[in-house]
Amino acid sequence: MNFGFTEEQNLLKEQVQRFMKEACPLTRVREIANESTPFDQALWQQAAELGWLGLTIPEAHGGLGLKWIDQTVVLEAAAEGLCPLPMASQALASAAILTCASEQQKASWLPAMASGEAVVTLGLYDEANWIDPKAITATATARTGGYTLHGKKPFVNDAAAAHYMLLAVQGPNGLALAALGKEQVTVTPQPTIDTTKPMASVDIDGVEIGEEDLLPLSPEQLAFLTDCGAVATTAEMVGAGAAILEMTSGYAKERIQFGKPIGQYQGVKHRLADMFVDLESYRSLCYFAAWTVDDDPAELAKAVSMAKGYASDAFAQIGIDGVGLHGAIGFTADYDAQLYLKRSKWARPMYGDSDYHMDRIATLGGL
Amino acid sequence: MDFDYTPQEQSFRQEVRDFLADNLPPKEKRDKNFLGTWLEKVRAKGWVGFAWPKEFGGSDGGLIEQAILKEEMSLAKAPPLGTSMMGLAWVGPGIMEYGTEEQKKKFIPDILDSKVTWCTGYSEPNHGSDLAAIQCKAELNGDHYVVNGQKIWTTGAPWSQWIILLTRTDFNVTSKHDGITCFLVPMDAPGVEVRPIQNMAGDKHFAEIFFTDVQVPVENRLGAEGEGWKVTVSALANERSSIGEVTQLQAKLDDLKTLVKNSSRQGKPASEDPKVRRTVARFEMKISAMKYNGLRYLTKQIKGEPLTSETSVNKLHRASLEIEMDDFAIELSGQAGLQLKGGEEAVDNGTWSKGALNWPNVVIGGGTPNIQRNIIAERILGQPKD
Ligand SMILES: Cc1cc2nc3c(=O)[nH]c(=O)nc-3n(C[C@H](O)[C@H](O)[C@H](O)COP(=O)(O)OP(=O)(O)OC[C@H]3O[C@@H](n4cnc5c(N)ncnc54)[C@H](O)[C@@H]3O)c2cc1C
Repeated sequence: MNFGFTEEQNLLKEQVQRFMKEACPLTRVREIANESTPFDQALWQQAAELGWLGLTIPEAHGGLGLKWIDQTVVLEAAAEGLCPLPMASQALASAAILTCASEQQKASWLPAMASGEAVVTLGLYDEANWIDPKAITATATARTGGYTLHGKKPFVNDAAAAHYMLLAVQGPNGLALAALGKEQVTVTPQPTIDTTKPMASVDIDGVEIGEEDLLPLSPEQLAFLTDCGAVATTAEMVGAGAAILEMTSGYAKERIQFGKPIGQYQGVKHRLADMFVDLESYRSLCYFAAWTVDDDPAELAKAVSMAKGYASDAFAQIGIDGVGLHGAIGFTADYDAQLYLKRSKWARPMYGDSDYHMDRIATLGGL
Repeated sequence: MDFDYTPQEQSFRQEVRDFLADNLPPKEKRDKNFLGTWLEKVRAKGWVGFAWPKEFGGSDGGLIEQAILKEEMSLAKAPPLGTSMMGLAWVGPGIMEYGTEEQKKKFIPDILDSKVTWCTGYSEPNHGSDLAAIQCKAELNGDHYVVNGQKIWTTGAPWSQWIILLTRTDFNVTSKHDGITCFLVPMDAPGVEVRPIQNMAGDKHFAEIFFTDVQVPVENRLGAEGEGWKVTVSALANERSSIGEVTQLQAKLDDLKTLVKNSSRQGKPASEDPKVRRTVARFEMKISAMKYNGLRYLTKQIKGEPLTSETSVNKLHRASLEIEMDDFAIELSGQAGLQLKGGEEAVDNGTWSKGALNWPNVVIGGGTPNIQRNIIAERILGQPKD
């Protein structure tokens, strides 16, 4: 039992933080997020060279062969600066391939992902607010030599930047992931609250794919990938939450009203303390959940629901208070606090909101 | 990062479970002599002061094993490991940290052997949250100090033999944190008068204490003269940490779930009510957060860093959970939830109704939530003091 990061993990964290400060400060994040395809190839290549895109990919396939706890370290640190690179999507797509693909597919796809050459994303549910196999409504029907896809995937993260995507469908023999190249589908970016987390719909209606490109996906595997998604999202909520707390706490020490720093007023400092208590708590739960992915799968579902369930509401409040405690300046487009509030909105429903997770905790806890 | 218990840690857990299976009869089968025998047995096992140094009668046990021990004891609803909760949780550690060799020899064994019960004399009528402003006076007079003043809210004063007492030895100080001195005082010293105070739950657990010309030998001073605040700050961190411990809430959650399974709302099983399910899940989530927060702080301690302001995080969680869980249980139980122990329809023998009146122990005791928030904002986040 040791609830601390290793020396390597601490160095990894510092490395990511340095990268964000030097190569991708918030001024750059804003520029990227405003582009029509919000993706920076040069930064992506740097991230690849630093090994961050293949953290959980086995060494045999060109990755570092590390664990989700290491993935969490990187996602958290990158999210402190709201990193707009699709690293979480890449990690989830890797998890999907490692979970569902054949050995041959792993060997042909994963090295290109670790090297950054291929940007890949994963699209699971089609219902806006339902985590369930039935919430996948796109389908695949058999044809000679392969399958024909039907329908639309309305919510796919990072689809515009992706070269390839793995999209969940109801196949002739149950759930499956359709492996697609971007030229096979129509990607339509959608305007959303958080431009650092681009979302698009992907039209797959009538697309024909080969037999080997439909990967069987069991409900357990779907649940596992959803939980990985929740871990990735929560790790980013830890980083982003810490950043807006630091920003707000710093402002409270400097902004003078009635002759005193506003941080001296308890209406301000107690909110900051509550933000800290919540952040500290979902941080602990997040690290434990990330650890269970590789080391205690039997505990994963419950651990994830604790972490994401806590973070969903807590980070939402941290976002609101982070902006609110600044006064009007926090409401301005130029000030960075608002970017974090937007991230808190984005993260809240992703891979299950708190009600979903509370229901699951109740069930798993024997009620 | 590794949450797996080592084989040694696992076998220690098994050892505790085996011990409990052999030595903890169900409540209704425990006779008058049970507690005495129990205390002797856990002492013989070396589990009292488990992580304390061997030279003072502890077992040099690891902090992880200690956490396992507490967890298993609490889940089995075992009685405490000693009769002096405060002695074990902060007075003993305080003496080991700041005491003289003589004090260690004199006081530590009696705490471990449950021979002496300690109470804590910090608060005064005019100085609660603002503890450093205390006025209870101690004056050096040759080989002893003379103490005059009043303490209040002293838990356990009616039955304790010793008190850890915070006094002021210097009134001419620029900072109120200076000039404070800590003493170890026998409660039967001439001039000590205890007046129990009844609380809203009906118990007389705390008291006010009057000190009139009480003579305290110099050798009973804990730490140097004027250094009492340092002693107190580390004792308070230990107190908050013990309040913030998750084990009792884990046991309470088990009971609450059992209650939910046996309850109905408007004629339907309560466990099917989404609001009930989510409320209980939220308790479980917060308790889990406390557990993993605690393990993170434990890892810090194992690396040799002392507990400090972070103990306020779990203290705050405990404070809100303790109130919310009891209130939820009595709300769930409707009118039966109102009945106290002995009532024909009393739920779980009135545990919840009593709990709903007893929360100030962990909410106000050890410092109020507002004070915990001040500590976090000022000492962790660096906000200006108010
Ligand atoms: C069950 C119980 C057991 C106790 N046991 C002991 C014991 O064994 N030994 C001992 O020494 N003491 C003990 N206490 C006393 C306890 O430590 C104090 O009650 C506590 O620190 C608060 O002090 P107070 O009661 O004087 O309230 P006050 O300090 O007068 O506070 C009253 C209210 O004002 C608020 N307040 C005060 N200052 C501030 C501030 N700066 N900012 C914002 N809000 C503020 C408080 O939060 C509180 O709500 C016990 C108390 C209880 C309830």
